Amino acid sequence: MVTIKSTRHPTRDAYGEEILALGKENKNIYVVDCDIGKSCKTIPFAKELPQQHVNVGIAEQNACGVAAGLATCGKIPFVTTYAVFGSMRMSEQIRQEVCYPKLNVKIACSHGGLTPANDGASHQGIEDMGILRTIPNMTVIMGCDYASTKKLIRAAAEYYGPVYLRFTRDAVPDIYDEDEEFVIGKAKELRSGKDVAIIANGEIMSLALMAADQLEQEGIHATVLDMHTIKPLDNAAVEKVLKECKGVVTVEDHNIINGLGSAVCEVAAELGIGKVKRIGIRDNFGESAPYERLLEKNGITIEAIVEACKSMM
Amino acid sequence: MAEAEKVMRLKEQAKVVRKEILTMIHEAKSGHPGGSLSAADMMTALYFDELNIDPENPKWEDRDRFVLSKGHVCPVLYTCLALRGYFPKEVLGTLRKEGSILQGHPDMKRCPGVDISTGSLGQGLSVAVGMALSAKRDHKSYRVFCMVGDGESNEGQIWEAVQTAAKYNLDNLVILLDRNRLQNDGICEEVMPNGNLVDKFTTFGCQSWEIDGHDMAQILDTLEAIKADQSGKPKCIVAHTVKGKGVSFMENVVQWHGMAPNDEQYAIAMQNIEEGF
Repeated sequence: MVTIKSTRHPTRDAYGEEILALGKENKNIYVVDCDIGKSCKTIPFAKELPQQHVNVGIAEQNACGVAAGLATCGKIPFVTTYAVFGSMRMSEQIRQEVCYPKLNVKIACSHGGLTPANDGASHQGIEDMGILRTIPNMTVIMGCDYASTKKLIRAAAEYYGPVYLRFTRDAVPDIYDEDEEFVIGKAKELRSGKDVAIIANGEIMSLALMAADQLEQEGIHATVLDMHTIKPLDNAAVEKVLKECKGVVTVEDHNIINGLGSAVCEVAAELGIGKVKRIGIRDNFGESAPYERLLEKNGITIEAIVEACKSMM
Repeated sequence: MAEAEKVMRLKEQAKVVRKEILTMIHEAKSGHPGGSLSAADMMTALYFDELNIDPENPKWEDRDRFVLSKGHVCPVLYTCLALRGYFPKEVLGTLRKEGSILQGHPDMKRCPGVDISTGSLGQGLSVAVGMALSAKRDHKSYRVFCMVGDGESNEGQIWEAVQTAAKYNLDNLVILLDRNRLQNDGICEEVMPNGNLVDKFTTFGCQSWEIDGHDMAQILDTLEAIKADQSGKPKCIVAHTVKGKGVSFMENVVQWHGMAPNDEQYAIAMQNIEEGF
C-alpha cells in the first residue's frame, strides 16, 4: 500500500531533473523558456544543452508560437513558464498554433494552484487546468509528487500531441516509489474501500490519503484515486466508484469550476448515477498568505474531506 | 537585374493568380479579396520563382517554408498551391465549403502545402521564427518566408517574434510586410498608426528593404539582394501595395477587405485583370 513518506520535494524539481535527462537522451527535446528558467528549474538544461534551449524573454505568446514552429520541424518543445501565464497569457496561441494543428508541443508550468502562496493572487494559477481542458486535442496532467511527476513528464514526451503539465512551487510529500509506472489517462487506486471514494490530484493527494486513513479508523472504508490526468479523464475508474461507493468526494487545488470536480460530475451526470461533493477553491482569488492558510480558507482540509465523506454515508 | 523574360512571365502568372482569387471568392460568396490582391505579386514571385519546394513531396524536410501570418488572405495562397500542383485546380471552387481542404483560414492538417495553420493574427511570425531556428540548429539550408500584414502589426506578438529572430541571428528568415495601408475598420493611419515600419523592423534588428510590392522586377531584385546579404540579420521587405490591386472598384476601398463580388462586379473585375486596369 502506498503511504505518505517523510521526505518532501517540489514537483518543479522533478521537472528540472527529468527534462534534463530527456534532453540528454533525445536531441529533439527542446526547452523554450520565458525568463523564469530559474524558478522553473530549467537552468541546468540551458547550461548543459544550449543547442536545445531557447529563451524568448518575457514573451509567452511568442514562446508558444516559436515552440509550434519547432514542432513542425520535428522538435519536441517544452514551453516553460508559470501556470497563470501558460494557461492564460498564451491560451489563444495554444489553441490556434498547437491544439488546432495538433502539434507535439508541451506546456510545462510551475506554480500551479495556490502553491505560490506568498506571491498572491496574480501568481496563483487556479483556473489553468479548466481552461486547458476546454481546448480540443489537449491533454491535462498534474502529478501529485516528485516520483509521479517525473514519470508523467516522460510519458508526455513519449506521447505525440499537446500536453499541459502542472507542477508545484513548494515542496510536497513524496508518495510513490521511484519505480512506480504511470499511464496518461489511467487513474491510480491508492486505497480500496466500498463505502466512499475520494478522487484527488496534485499536491493535496496527501490530504486525501490522511483523510482516508482517518475514516478507516472510524470504520469507513474509502477508495482513493490519484486522478493525475484530468483530460482524458479515466471515465471507467470514475464510473466504478460511482457505482460501488455511496458517494464520491473530489479534492483539488484549483477553482471549483471546470477542474477535476467538474470533470467527475460530468461523468456522474451523464450516467445519471452517484453522488458527488466537490472540495476546491471556492471561485475566489487567493492572496498572500501561508499555503496551509489558503487551503483552510477554501475548506481544503483533512477535516473537510472527512466530513464530506461522512455526510454521504 | 531580373531578366525581362522572367519578369514578363511572372507578371502574366500574377494575372492568372488574381483571376483565380476572384473566381474562388465569387464562388464561395465570402472571403478576403483586398489583401489577397495586394499580396498577389509577391506571392507569385515566391511560388513561381523563389521558393525551393516540391509539390510532389509537400512535407520534404529540406523545403523552404512559407507562413501566411495574415491567414485571411488564403485565397492567394490556395491559388499558388493549386497552380503549382499541390492539388487539382478544381478544388479552388470548394473554398469555405463544408468538407473542403480549403478552410476559411489555412489548415495544415487538411491542405497540402500549408506549413502551419493560421488565421488568428499576430501569431504566424512566431511560428516562422521557430522554423528558422530549427533550420539553424540542424545546420540545414532551407529558408522561411513569412507574409505579415500592416494591420496585423498592431499585434504586440509580431514584435516579440522579431526580437527573437534578431537575438538568434535568423538570417534565413524573410519577412514580407504587405503595406497596403488598410485594415478591417478603416485606414491603418486612423485605426492604429503603424509609423515607419522600415525603421521599426530595422530597429528591432532586421536588415530591411522598402519596395513597390507590385513591381515584379523590383520584387525579384530584392529577393536576389536578400540572398546575397551578408549582414547575418533576419530580412524584412516592407512592400508598399494597394489593397484590391488590379480591380478598379476594389483598389483602396476598405469594404473589400472581406467581401465577395456579386456576378456583375465579378465580370468587371475579371475584365480589369485581363485588360490590365
